[in-house]
Amino acid sequence: MMTTAARRKIRPFDWRHNPGFGIFSLAVMSFLYLPLVILVVYSFNANRFVTVWTGFSLHWFTRVANNGDIRHAAWVSVLVGVLATICSTAIAIAAALGFERGGRFKGEAAANSLVMMPLVVPEIVTAITTLIFFSSIGFHFGVLNLVLAHTVFCVPFAMLPIQARLNTIGTAYEDAGRDLYGGEWRIFMRITLPLMVPGIMAGAILAFVTSLDDFLISFMVSSAGTTTLPVYVYGMMRLGVTPEVNAISTILLVISAALALVAFLISRPNEAGAAAGTAAAAATATT
Amino acid sequence: MPSEVLSDAPAAITTPTRSTAPARHLIEVVGVEKIFGDVATGHRALEAINVLIEEKEFFTLLGPSGCGKTTLLRMIAGFEHPTTGEIRLQGRDVASLPPRERPVNMVFQNYALFPHLTVSQNVAFGLEMLRWKKPDITARVQETLSLVKLSHFANRKPAQLSGGQQQRVALARALAPRPQVLLLDEPLSALDLKLRKEMQFELKRLQRETGITFILVTHDQEEALAMSDRIAVMNTGRVQQIGTPEEIYDHPTNRFVADFIGEANLIPGESLGRRSDAVIAIRPERIEIAGPGVTPRITGVVDNATFLGSDTLMEIIVPGIRLRARIRGAAKLPQGKEVGLVWETEAERELLD
Repeated sequence: MMTTAARRKIRPFDWRHNPGFGIFSLAVMSFLYLPLVILVVYSFNANRFVTVWTGFSLHWFTRVANNGDIRHAAWVSVLVGVLATICSTAIAIAAALGFERGGRFKGEAAANSLVMMPLVVPEIVTAITTLIFFSSIGFHFGVLNLVLAHTVFCVPFAMLPIQARLNTIGTAYEDAGRDLYGGEWRIFMRITLPLMVPGIMAGAILAFVTSLDDFLISFMVSSAGTTTLPVYVYGMMRLGVTPEVNAISTILLVISAALALVAFLISRPNEAGAAAGTAAAAATATT
Repeated sequence: MPSEVLSDAPAAITTPTRSTAPARHLIEVVGVEKIFGDVATGHRALEAINVLIEEKEFFTLLGPSGCGKTTLLRMIAGFEHPTTGEIRLQGRDVASLPPRERPVNMVFQNYALFPHLTVSQNVAFGLEMLRWKKPDITARVQETLSLVKLSHFANRKPAQLSGGQQQRVALARALAPRPQVLLLDEPLSALDLKLRKEMQFELKRLQRETGITFILVTHDQEEALAMSDRIAVMNTGRVQQIGTPEEIYDHPTNRFVADFIGEANLIPGESLGRRSDAVIAIRPERIEIAGPGVTPRITGVVDNATFLGSDTLMEIIVPGIRLRARIRGAAKLPQGKEVGLVWETEAERELLD
């Protein structure tokens, strides 16, 4: 023991040489994930009071599945999520190509900051300005309002992995295509786009998860009949926390985590390493 | 980005029409200068470059990193454009044409094989872009893959191949459209020593069999000497000397070439009773120990002697300089012993800069 420890090169940040590191990590992990675990466990509780455990049951999940209002809210969430994902990913692809392949242009840094703005601006500000903007121009088209608002804040989430991917690919493949008599459009279709796919998938999934989880902006923008799932859950909470809320939250949690995992796996193989890192980091940040 | 973004390739690369004066050289680089950035303040990468390259020649651009050799190669490919001067291909000025309008293909430094395409799809790429017919493409791909001895790997992805095999795919991809010129940017630098020697022969064979002009960029002087018909030695954005490997080695025209190619002793002119502004270059293998009764050209003191098997490498201190001499056989001389050195007058090269 002593000899191996002595022979091993000691690195200053090697956790094995920091006593108490394991306990500290455990504390941090519990703080982060214990509430989630409790929420999930109590969604399988038979008792109608959230805090009293009386036995395992899927009762609350069936209640949720049979609730027409919840089903409608879920449908709105998915519809808005899919449409906002398509729009924001399309914009993100164009923006990423512009930043990574458009050469240097005047105001590049400013443009990049503008695209990334939704990540920095407090969400309540975006929510209120969006609400005021829509009412001042008299734009009241139900789901369309939600899709527009979601598209705007999903663009940076979709763009990060795509831009990272383009950066990793580099321009050598495209140069080889030009040298082999390819025109710009054919090079894009045959080389750049196929190589971008892992980044695009990761970006789209992140955008979808971001849209699905959003509450504040949806809360401000949604009108009667276009309530998204998180907004509906908030409404239920005002009448007291029921195990139904736990059940919905568990479902949302599982879907989000599964999608984040898929985004991570897609962008992981061989040379897609960098995109995977970004996607995984961003995915963890959203969930 | 070029302005013709999203436009498509021409149906085929037409052979450049000869200008009224018949071109005597395949490639003529005339008075080329390249300044990166602002013309007044930018970095001057190339200066007054004049190079003529013949048909079916194996031509090498040799120099240390940053000498401008890759910039010149990328200019012939069409990825860079000269600030001033002309690049003529069969007499036609192509300096402002994009890469896809030049019958010139390139083997990139890290091969840049398309990772999502198979070996045969990689090789077919250029032909597809030229809108060849399917059966013609299939035939040419098979022919080219057998030329580089890779027929059995047609359906593999580049990631499933070794470095040497990837190198062959890159060669096949660039050779498939039968370009007039093949450009090779440090093609062997990623391979280990044994494979590198093997690929040197392989490249020579391919060049002989295809009859295509090869232009190689390298910083490895042995590689250049072994493979080239002619070499252009470059430094600090200028061509220092152009000639056959023998000319470059035996008759360097300036101090840089003498020092960069092989090994050279540079002796100040006055030490040998020559012009004081000249430097005399002598290869170590041309120096011999003066026998009894022979008047030495110069005398010095032995600093060390290393026996290398077929010969002995000696370092001799002459006032002001340290000379290296390669003496045939074993020459056991103790450190500190005074020796006289001789060489034939024709081994001396007088260099003025």
